[in-house]
Amino acid sequence: METIDQAFVLGKRAALNWMSAFLPDWTMVFVSIIISATAIVIFGPVTMMYLTWFERKLVGRIQNRFGPNRVGPWGLLQPIADGIKMLTKEDIVPEHADKFAHFLAPVVIVIPALLIFSVVPFGRGMVAVDLSIGILFFLALSSTTTIWIFVASWGSRNKFSLLGGMRSVAQMISYEIPMVLSVVPVLLVVGSFSTVSIVEAQSGWNWFIFTPWGIAGFLVFFLTGVAEVNRTPFDLPEGESEIVAGFHTEYSGMKFALFYMAEFMNAFSISGIVATAYLGGWQGPWLPSWAWFFIKTYALVFVMMWFRGTFPRLRVDQLMGFAWKVLLPLTLANIFIAALWLNLESPKNNLISALVLVAIVTIIYWANRPEVPKKRIYRYAYED
Amino acid sequence: MFGLGVLKGMWVTFKNFVLSYFSKDHLVTVQYPEEKIPEKERFRNFPFLIYDDKPEDLRCVSCDICAKECPPKCITIVRDSDAQGKPLKRPKVFDIDFSICMNCGICEEVCPFDAIFMDHEFEIAEFGRFEDLNYHKEDLLKSNEYFAKIRPQDVARIDAKRREKTKKTEPPQTTPTT
Repeated sequence: METIDQAFVLGKRAALNWMSAFLPDWTMVFVSIIISATAIVIFGPVTMMYLTWFERKLVGRIQNRFGPNRVGPWGLLQPIADGIKMLTKEDIVPEHADKFAHFLAPVVIVIPALLIFSVVPFGRGMVAVDLSIGILFFLALSSTTTIWIFVASWGSRNKFSLLGGMRSVAQMISYEIPMVLSVVPVLLVVGSFSTVSIVEAQSGWNWFIFTPWGIAGFLVFFLTGVAEVNRTPFDLPEGESEIVAGFHTEYSGMKFALFYMAEFMNAFSISGIVATAYLGGWQGPWLPSWAWFFIKTYALVFVMMWFRGTFPRLRVDQLMGFAWKVLLPLTLANIFIAALWLNLESPKNNLISALVLVAIVTIIYWANRPEVPKKRIYRYAYED
Repeated sequence: MFGLGVLKGMWVTFKNFVLSYFSKDHLVTVQYPEEKIPEKERFRNFPFLIYDDKPEDLRCVSCDICAKECPPKCITIVRDSDAQGKPLKRPKVFDIDFSICMNCGICEEVCPFDAIFMDHEFEIAEFGRFEDLNYHKEDLLKSNEYFAKIRPQDVARIDAKRREKTKKTEPPQTTPTT
């Protein structure tokens, strides 16, 4: 059990021991870094490839179709066929585009998506770098994606692209705030930014989702995460029914695939961070720790794709209203609830914070009720 | 209640997702090349020539009515003749260009000898545009048994009609003439 749990950690240690036999001691740090980085760089794109397959299968089943099933058993080779297609397609650059920006954006957008993986704790001891500012690192990097989306849209010199990019920026600014605030309760309770210590604080069944503030925090964090990676129903930046394909209208071939890759890797890492912060990360009985992490993460990815199969795209005002009028007050109140929960004694803190949460949700619900205009009564002038 | 529709919608999609693994109604795709929907009897696609016992005695008498009636003019018939040059009641050439044929079935309707019928064959894709789809007499010939297999109701009606006809025409044939 212990060896299965630590399989990847032990594997890396064995590789290091083997290499230390014929490499000088001072290179071992770099070798260790290269092993971790290689693992992540391989894991990210492979996950992305199979997430596309998974999404197409799942959405197909939701729509009573089979989804891809022609290439390989159950269509398992479909991502490879897609990759070959993408690589061999013509790379079109618009004549009046800013060539440099147009080229740079899809290349650079993958970097933050890959870097986020370095702070995701995949299992016990399975984190590339245990940064003391892990969550902050994640929040900072995930928001830089927006810059490259905007660079792509600006560099394309296309009105639809620019509209998509501007929508993306507006959306990110709105959703960044509730997103950051929704992790604050976790940081408050754990007292650390490190993703590893957040997971360790949820040992046993003390996952944060089982507390009143955890439920609210989890929902807000997950929804803002979905908005952050531009997935349905928050995919306004690439709303294909309104603005062709949004920021990647002018992209084809592998450049388009890189945007797609960044989006899917972000979706996976957001799910991983949500699972880490609220669902106990790799904590769980019986199974090895990394199996628990992947079960939780893929469950969240499943929910994201389920959203995609269910919801139509939000309108811009609905999107903004949801962020500023529902999520923001809820997260602010949630910090207060978490503080309340932390400072009261154990049995009654759950009850009191749950009551406060219900009260606040009711108030927000009431304040956001749809306004039905009063029925007008028309009278003729001569009736007076 | 406001906001409840979100959960309702998610329930609908989840139900469809799960049921697609258990119920045939929730996964209606027919995986075409592997599985096919059984053809309806009245399904019609591309004509073929019918023969009774041997491929040599086909019913066609080369009357040229079908070729004249054919709206896109895809049928070419050349009458056969014996050594003396006397025309015979059978075609020497019977070509149907399936790249022109529009599957209307008029040839079947106008044929007074029940010699040409619409087939159920539809997978006739070819690489060439011209000669590959120009079907000749020997490609078009199919037996009456095949016809009985694909269109059992029609074959019963037509065979009954033909028997009636032969009974009527038989007496003059049996009596010695000239």
